[in-house]
Amino acid sequence: MINPHDSVIVRTMSRMLIPLIQLFALYVLFFGQYGPGGGFVGGVMLGTSLILGILVYGRDGVPCRAARKLMHGDGVGLIIFAGVGGICLVMGGQFLNYSSLEIPLADDARRRYLGILMTQIGVAVDIAVTAISIVFSLSPINDTEDTEPSRD
Amino acid sequence: MIFSFEIPLLILLLLTAAGAIIVKDLISAVLILGSYSFVLALVWAWLGAVDVAFVEAVVGAGLATVFFLLTLFNASPKDTEIRRQPVPFIAFLGLPMLGLLLLFAAEDLPEFSDPKSPASVHVSPEYLEQSYQKTDTENVVTSVLMDYRGFDTLIETAVIFTAGIACALLLRRDSK
Repeated sequence: MINPHDSVIVRTMSRMLIPLIQLFALYVLFFGQYGPGGGFVGGVMLGTSLILGILVYGRDGVPCRAARKLMHGDGVGLIIFAGVGGICLVMGGQFLNYSSLEIPLADDARRRYLGILMTQIGVAVDIAVTAISIVFSLSPINDTEDTEPSRD
Repeated sequence: MIFSFEIPLLILLLLTAAGAIIVKDLISAVLILGSYSFVLALVWAWLGAVDVAFVEAVVGAGLATVFFLLTLFNASPKDTEIRRQPVPFIAFLGLPMLGLLLLFAAEDLPEFSDPKSPASVHVSPEYLEQSYQKTDTENVVTSVLMDYRGFDTLIETAVIFTAGIACALLLRRDSK
């Protein structure tokens, strides 16, 4: 069902817009500690930029192939989030208590800041990959459909 | 004046919500639902909940619309046909009574932005006063979400991951 879009306007505009969306998503992700936003919104926007690419350039386009590669990272975000908590546990603190992360040259507040940043990256990765994965689930892309005749 | 934004936003919200229910085909309903999410995001922003407004605009209007449309394009036309039942008579009697009951209960809710309301005297002052010194994070919402309530966010992330896995298990038939 995912075929490349015919219109030149749509293709040109999305070629311009996709990097902008990704830049804004990264801004929202890394400045979530200073303004509105954070891991959730940043992840959704990263995912949506790739979804736009998939819908416009079709199943043979670069975004679709990149998204297929990204889908192998399903669960990495959750591992990052829980892993930061686990590192806190290993370093002798409580689970998800970032002040026990032993980062040199960082006081208590700075450690919590870095812990929040790392877990936000984890959330963003998890949500972006999940959004792409749900889009692939909802749109049947049969690799075998064109080459192999159905047997029944 | 306090009502200058409230009333038009509320009317728009009600109109888009009713429109999504009344409209004849599902694709229009999905698009109207997207505009409903945008109006709701404006309401959140007006109330001062900028983070919630951001999430509502991105997820409700962007991602959910894409998911709904992809689902609709893959379903057969026979399944997406709308068959409306006539409204039973008791609904005209019961729903206004329910509305009156809710309005009556809303009388007891604390005033909006009341500093003495139960929600803002329990732990909120501590977060607002100490979160910057303790976490070096200027956005209180982020520090509460990721540090004070880190467990909740971890489980939420796990729920989203589970949703993705469940969709893949139920819907992907082409993989080996």
